[in-house]
Order: sequence, then C-alpha cells, then structure tokens
Amino acid sequence: MTTREMGHDAAPRVSFFNDPVIRGIIYQIVVAVILVGFIVWIVGNTAANLAAQNKTTGFDFLWKTAGFDISFSLLPWSRGSYYWEAFLVGLLNTLLVAFIGIVCATVLGFTIGIARLSSNFIVSRLATVYVEIIRNIPLLLQLFFWYFAVLKAMPAVRESIALPLDSFINQRGIFVPRPIPDEQFGFVWIGLALAILGVVALRHWAKKRLEATGQRFPVFLTSLAILFGVTGLFFVVSGASVTFEPPVLERFNFKGGLALPPEFVALAFGLTIYTAAFIAETVRGGIQSVNRGQTEAAQSLGLKENDRLRLVIVPQAMRVIIPPLTSQYLNLTKNSSLGAAIGYPELVNVFAGTALNQTGRAIECIAITMLVYLCFSLLTSAIMNWYNARVKLVER
Amino acid sequence: MQKKLVTLTATAILGLTAVSAQAAILDDVKAKGYVQCGVTGGVPGFSAPDSNNVWTGIEVDFCRAMAAAVFNDAEAVRYTSLTSQERFTALSAGEVDVLSRTTTWTMSRDTQLGISFVGTMFYDGQGFMVRKADGIESALDLSGAAICIESGTTTELNAADYFAANGLEFNTVVFVDQDEVVKAYEDGRCDVYTTDSSALAAERSKFANPDDHIILPEIISKEPLGPVVRAGDTQWFNLARWTYFALLEAEELGVTSANVDEMLGSDNPAIKRLLGVEGDFGTPLGVTKDWAYQIIKHVGNYAESYDRNVGPATPIGLERGLNALWKDGGIQYAPPIR
Amino acid sequence: MTDIGFVRSELVTARPAPVRTTGAIAWAQKNLFATPLDTVLTILGLLFLAWIIPPLYGFFFGNAVGPNGTVEQCRMENAGACWAYIAAEMEFFIYGFYDIPEQWRPNIVFALGAILLVPLLIPKAPFKRTNAVLFIVVYPILSYFLLAGGVFGLKVIPTEKWGGLLVTLIISVIGITLSFPLGVILALGRQSQLPIIKTVCVGFIELIRAVPLITILFMASIMLPLFMPQGMTVDKFLRAIVGVTLFTSAYMAEVVRGGLQAIPRGQYEAASALGLGYWKRMWFIILPQALKHVIPGIVNNFISLFKDTSLVYIVGMKDLLEAVKTKNDTALEWQSANTATTGYIFAAMVFWVFCFGMSRYSMYMERRLNTGYKR
Repeated sequence: MTTREMGHDAAPRVSFFNDPVIRGIIYQIVVAVILVGFIVWIVGNTAANLAAQNKTTGFDFLWKTAGFDISFSLLPWSRGSYYWEAFLVGLLNTLLVAFIGIVCATVLGFTIGIARLSSNFIVSRLATVYVEIIRNIPLLLQLFFWYFAVLKAMPAVRESIALPLDSFINQRGIFVPRPIPDEQFGFVWIGLALAILGVVALRHWAKKRLEATGQRFPVFLTSLAILFGVTGLFFVVSGASVTFEPPVLERFNFKGGLALPPEFVALAFGLTIYTAAFIAETVRGGIQSVNRGQTEAAQSLGLKENDRLRLVIVPQAMRVIIPPLTSQYLNLTKNSSLGAAIGYPELVNVFAGTALNQTGRAIECIAITMLVYLCFSLLTSAIMNWYNARVKLVER
Repeated sequence: MQKKLVTLTATAILGLTAVSAQAAILDDVKAKGYVQCGVTGGVPGFSAPDSNNVWTGIEVDFCRAMAAAVFNDAEAVRYTSLTSQERFTALSAGEVDVLSRTTTWTMSRDTQLGISFVGTMFYDGQGFMVRKADGIESALDLSGAAICIESGTTTELNAADYFAANGLEFNTVVFVDQDEVVKAYEDGRCDVYTTDSSALAAERSKFANPDDHIILPEIISKEPLGPVVRAGDTQWFNLARWTYFALLEAEELGVTSANVDEMLGSDNPAIKRLLGVEGDFGTPLGVTKDWAYQIIKHVGNYAESYDRNVGPATPIGLERGLNALWKDGGIQYAPPIR
Repeated sequence: MTDIGFVRSELVTARPAPVRTTGAIAWAQKNLFATPLDTVLTILGLLFLAWIIPPLYGFFFGNAVGPNGTVEQCRMENAGACWAYIAAEMEFFIYGFYDIPEQWRPNIVFALGAILLVPLLIPKAPFKRTNAVLFIVVYPILSYFLLAGGVFGLKVIPTEKWGGLLVTLIISVIGITLSFPLGVILALGRQSQLPIIKTVCVGFIELIRAVPLITILFMASIMLPLFMPQGMTVDKFLRAIVGVTLFTSAYMAEVVRGGLQAIPRGQYEAASALGLGYWKRMWFIILPQALKHVIPGIVNNFISLFKDTSLVYIVGMKDLLEAVKTKNDTALEWQSANTATTGYIFAAMVFWVFCFGMSRYSMYMERRLNTGYKR
C-alpha cells in the first residue's frame, strides 16, 4: 500500500512488472488458473473413470430402500427404511454420543483442571499424571483398549450383574427400565416450562436489584426450589404417573427397556476420558492467565475466598477458557467418527461406510458426510464469534 | 545441487506413483516383472500371510499360478491386502492386476463396476457360527440374537433378507474391519458370527478352542467366489480364466506337481495338449507354450491347492462338496483344451 | 562524647526457623492437610493409590512374564502382562514385513534421523541452517532410496512390506517436514491482501479443519483412484502421507497465523520502510519473530500428527498400532488372556514416550523463549 502511494507522488518510474498492484493481479490470476485447471482435471478424470466403470452419479439413491440393519438407532429403523433415514440415524447417533461426551468431559475436565492447581500435593500430582498419560496416547488406541477391555470384563448375558431398579449390565450393554409417561404427563412439561420462565424472571429481577441496591439474593437455591416445587406441584395436581417397562431376559438378551450398547458406552467413555485431559489443560491455563494482581486487588477489597473466585477470577478466566473449550467440543464431535472402528453406528460408519459400500456412491456419500461436519464447524465458529464479541474487553 | 535435489525428490515421488500407459495388462505385468495381486487382510486357507509375510491360500495359489504362467516363476507376485470397501476401486484403478479376495460374483458387480469375474474358484454359501454352549441347532432359533457382520459385504444384505423372510428379529453389530468382527464375536459381544461358511471354518480354526463353536447347517445364500480382473482387456481376462481352467483340467487328467515331468511323456493327447507337448495354446494367450506345465509344476493342480489350503487335512477342514470335479459329483467343470 | 551506646558490630546469626515451618511435617501440613477438605482429599487420594497401585504393579512387574518367558507362563492363571510376546514379535512391531536381511537399512535411517535431529533440537548446537537443510531436504530423499531400494544395487522393498514403528515414524517425520512449510504458506496466504489467494487459503484451511481426519483418509483410499487419470495409481504410502500432511498443514496454518497476528504493526511498517519486498519482509523480519512465538503450538501440532498416524490403517498401511493389532489377532502361538492387552499397552507406551518427549521439549522451549516478565 505504502509503496503504491509513493509511486503516485513521484514520477511513475516503477516498471510495469514491479507494480505491486499488477503483480498482485498476476499472482491471483496464476493461482486461479492453476486451481481451476486442477479442478477441471480432477472432474474430467472422475467422469472418465465413472464412465469406464459404468457408474452413474446423483443423489437419487437416498430414496432407495437400504436393506441393511443398524444396531443402535434413536429413530424407528427397519431394513425397509430409506438411505436418507440411514443418514439421519447416523447423524443422530453422532450427535448423541457427542452430546453425552461433551457433558461428561466438561465436568471431568473442569474437575481435573482445578485439581491440577490444587495446593494439595497428592491431588495435583494425580491430576498431572492423568493428563500426561491420556493426552499422549492416540485416541484410537484408547478406544480399542476400552472397547475390548470393557467387553472382556463384563459378564455374559446369563450372568448379568443386576443393578438396583431393574437394571442390568452385561456384555451386550447396559439395560435400564424405559419410563413410559401417561397422557397427563403433558401437564408436567408445562409446569417445567413455567418454572424455567420463573427462574429466568427471578434472575433478571435479582440482577436489577443488585445493581440498584447492592443487595444480593440467593438466586441459585431459590431457582432450584422453584424448578422442583413447581414441576412437582404440577405432577401431583395433574395426577400424572409414569410407568416403567423393565428389561426382561429372553433367550439371547434382554428385551424392552432402554439399552445402551457397549460400543456406545466405550466410545462415550473413551471420548470423555481423552477430551477431559485437554479440557483440564485449557481450564488450568485459563485460571492461571488471570493476573495475580486481580486476586490481590480482590483481597484488598475484602472479598472472601469464594466471592473472589466467583466474582473476579472465574469470569475473567472463562473469557480465556471458552474459545479453546469450544474447539475441544468440536474436536470431540469429529473424533466420534472413530466410533466406526469399534462398531458404533455413527455417521461415518453408517453413511460413509455401509451406505457407501452398498450403493457404490463414494463421491456422494463422502461429500454429504464432510458437509455435515463442515456445518458443525461453521455453526460452532458462528457461536464463538458471537460470544467473543459479547465478552470483548471494553477498554478505555 | 538444488537441481539435483529437485530431480531426486521428483524421482522419489514418481517411485510412489505408477503410471501405466493404456497398454495391455499383460505387457504391463511383463514389464514390471510381477503380478500385483489383491488379497484379503488374512483369511486362513484363502489368503493369509504367515509371520514371514509368505502368503498362502487357495486364492493366493491362483495368483501364483498366473505368475507361473507368465514368468515361469510362481513367486513373481506382490500382494496388496484390501478391505472389502476398497477392493473394486483398487482393481478398476489398476492398483492390482487381479483381485483374488473372497469376492462374490453377483450380477450388479459384474455389470456395473467395470470388472469381470473370471470364474468360480470356490462355491460357497453364507452360514452362521454360534457357541456350542448356547444350544442353538438351527438358524431359525436366532431371532433376537446379536449378529456380528462386516460392513460393505453381500453378507449384510443376505442376512437381513433371510431374517425378514423368516419373520425373525434381526439385531446386528457392524464393523468395518473383519478382524474386529471376529474379535467382537470371540469376546462375547455377539451370539452369532455370519459370513461365507468357508470363511467361518477358517476363522474358527484360529480360535483358542475351535470345538466350542459350531457352524449351523443352514446355508442362506449362493456365494460363488472367484478372481476378478478389470473389464475390457480380453487377453488378460483369457489368461486368468484359462489359468483357472488349467488347474481344473490338470486335476481331471490326474496331472500333479509330483508327476508332471513324467506326464510330459504321456500318450494321452489331452495331457499332451495341456502340457504343451502337442500344439501351442500358450502363444495366443500371450505366454509360452508350456504355460500350463509351469502352473502345475510350481503350484499344482486344483485338488492339490484345495487339499493344501482348505481341505479336510487342514485345520479348516472343508470337504470338497460342490467344489469337487463334475465327474466326482461336484460342479467344477473346465471346458476342454483343444 | 562518651561511649555509652552499645552498637553491635556484627549481625546476630539467624535462629533456626520454627520447627513447624520447615521439614517434612510442615511440608505435609502445608501441602496435604491444610484444611479439613484437604485432609479428606489427601486420604481419598492415598486410598485410591493403595487401591490401584498393587494390581498395576502386579500386572506390569510382579506377575508379569518377562521377555524370556514362555507362552505357557503367559497362559497361567493370574499371569500379568506377557512381555515375552512383545519380545518375540518386536521385529514385526518395528519393521513390519521388511525383509529381515535388509533390516540394516531402516536401522541406518533411524540412526541418521537421530544424528540429524538431536543437534537441531539443542538450541546451542552450531550449523543450524546446514543441519536443517540436511534434515528437511536431504534426509527424506536419502531415506526413501535407502528404504525402497532399487538404486546402488539395493534390493527393492515395496512399501507394502514396510510396517510397524518404521511406518509411524516415516509418516510423521515426512508429515512434519512437509506440513510446516505448507502451513506457513497457507497462513501467509490467509493474511494476504489479494482476495483470490485469501479466499482459496481460508476455504482450504476451514474445510480441512472442519472434517475428521478419518474422512480425509477415506477420500484418499476410496476416491483418490477416481480422481486420477486411468492407469495412474498412487502408492498407499504416498496417499497416507498426502492425507496426513494436508490435514496437519491446515492446523499448522492457524497456529502460524496466531504468531503473525501477534507481531506489532510497527514491525511490518518498519520492514516496508526499509524498502524490503514482500518475501524479504516475511523471511527476514516477520516469520522469525512469529514462528518463535508459536513454537509450542507447532510442537503440539506435531504431537497430534504423531498420534494421528494411528489412523493410516484406513488406507491400508500397517503402522505400529495396526501391526500390534495384526499380531494380536494372528499370533496363535501367543494366544493367552493378556496377550492382546499387553500388545496395546506396548503400543501405548511407545506412542507415549514419543509424545511426552515432544511435549517436554515444547515446554522447555516455551520457558527459554518466554522473555516476558513473570511473578
């Protein structure tokens, strides 16, 4: 830029090829030509190859019946279902394991991150050992280890370990009773919604009051009381009831109830353990990033240990923690694709694996799968941008 | 100096990308000096490496037979282990010259993938393996049982069809890699392991206690397994096909690797034609006149290969059954060489 | 003036600190039993250790079968880890199916790598530039010809035979040396003022970072043959390297971008004022500063890459993990209850040693480069 302006002031002694603007344009044209040429070359090759193999392309296969089975599905699935349903089943399974993994990894990761900073020698060392071991071993290896270790350690179906509340655990997974709410149960949901609205309103009011008068209100306890109180009241008054369908042992396995297959358990467990180690490091870094002067200033204001953390340290640490934390969440979601290796029917396994093989539509299946992950990523960065804008430090 | 480095790098990269001109496969193979053979990751009896990476098996023998026909040397083979997902692209892209990998001959594969099946090396059918302790006697007892399956196979669809047709509840666990399928079954994740019954027997032979597992009597599908080559190259296709027929013909005529040298002096005109003593059937195939002699000398005939790899005397222990010659009650039949 | 005051002419020797502030007891009080909660946590921690250490010790050492043991010992009840299995299959885990008489070739490659790498990592060692060129340019080429053979009368060893740790190391070293410059170029492209170049770089980086490595490798194994002209094939080894390199370079670009953004504008402007062109500006002024900032991030990326090489089994390469898995499944003569577990633990230990070493090195560099103030 600067050179260009100089060029305008002085006599245009710069030769044509040395003008940065022209050079820039030339560079770009070269890049564009190479890129377009490359794409044309690939598309041409692909078309020729597909023609030679007598293959057709297109997404019409999505509306054909799949004919295969999926072992774990949140949606009703039969072999007469369509390929697009297989896609949805895979997507939901990915989302399910990612969601569970994210929740558990966050809890475990924060615990361990804080433990690493503990003044207690044993606790901090244990946390360090955990992080250093888990971070430095490939996730795939850990998944194999958990899956086959879990399988080996579990009893056969007939020797299932009976847990309280009609639950069972064996090689085929964890079986718990399925709650079946009756029609009246709708009122309970309404109650819950009202309670949540109430809590939001309460928080708003408490904040206003704090700003106006400086008085604090025990928001957390009151919120809990409202949530449980209102929901419980609706439950009792509406006369709703929930029946439980317990799992029953049949010839090969338990029937009925809710079943969590071992692939799911191993994958969720492995993802949690692995990601928690990274989250712990993020949390530690975040807390350490808060300047010591902040602690000292808070102390000199006379804040108690608890308040100091809650009002001064944590809010500042969170600003540092949240962006890498979200990228860990995204990583966890992407890593859930390794479930294919241990037989969990997530998106890559169902769609880029089975569906691809049965239809032979490699390009379409891989493209759709990649697109899904791309959407996850774009969504996450959109949320992140919004968050960053919100918490940006407003300096003088 | 820099130029040299660039050249060397380029050579290194080119060493890893092979460009074969659109020439005939046979010329390519002759030029590079070996047959590139696509095989499984390790199914004993069909294609499996031992601890020194020496591959054996009935399908490996087919590749060795082709190498013997082309080079008079059965060891001029390189093996590429392929998953069931990548095998067809690998073949049609020319990564392998012949795919000999427990591949079921189906109409859609033969007509839609740009490949040609050479013949049926092994008549197989899909079966079920269960633990003896479970007391299952028939596949019809399997309603609700957990079934371990490898993804991307005809097996997956056959089983679904069979269970639907018999009104049984179908419950699968699908793995991408065959090793994981077997391991999951062995570790008790599934009650049933299903695949081609020959492969079942092969896998069973690998278990710590093979006798704890039984293979159910039901065979639910036709699984003709055979070698595959790229479509469009008739010369290579013919060579592959007649290599297979030569193995059968040799068994039918009683020519074995042990007696092939004496048989050169045989009076039987069929044997004379087979061994290239009379007439020249090799040159039109693009190989030497004694191509079949070389095959039998180095690899043996079909029966030898069968007995050595999957026959009753091996841990896999499969009877000839359908794979016996037509004159012994089977359906293996080779057109005459004349 | 009378001398009535008493002025000490030397210092009193310091009294020893109170017993309760030094020594083991004080340490324990401060670090283990400071508060009731701490006491509870300490006790819980000790109980946990007491619960977990004896069985682990038993598995790894006490009941384990040593490298000279036999399979019968491994099959005994209560036997721990079967190290004899690892010892017996070590060759396969390191070289894969590489021809045994030719194994001196990978050994030379290993040794050469170590000789070139160690001085590169020691900040004070001389001849950095020559060393780097040797390691980044000459070494990979030399290694390729040494391993693949076909020149100087060396026997040709096709890449299908390469395996085990050899493959893991080759893919990661080549991945690292290729993805780094690629990442820098992408990062510069992303910072560029030229819209087309910027769009291309941003698109590439974001696309690659959005998808799991497993899908990229799937592409390399299933779709790449479709993209190539008919008759042209790409070795699986090259596919694995291309997949892993493209993947890592996108992450590398983001790390480098962080470094570029941390350089004050003044540096760019001062460099322009000196009349330096774009490449000189970047090469002499900006990149040396920016890269120094992000060395820890770069090393972290290398660690990820090293761990990610375990996924190359998707394109059919037998890396360390795949080699262990293969042996677990096929080494019938070593079948026992703990064989597979021992195999996985061995693989985990190897990965761990490399990754932990790299992370320690990154922390060391971080400390060395951290010239800012600290409390």
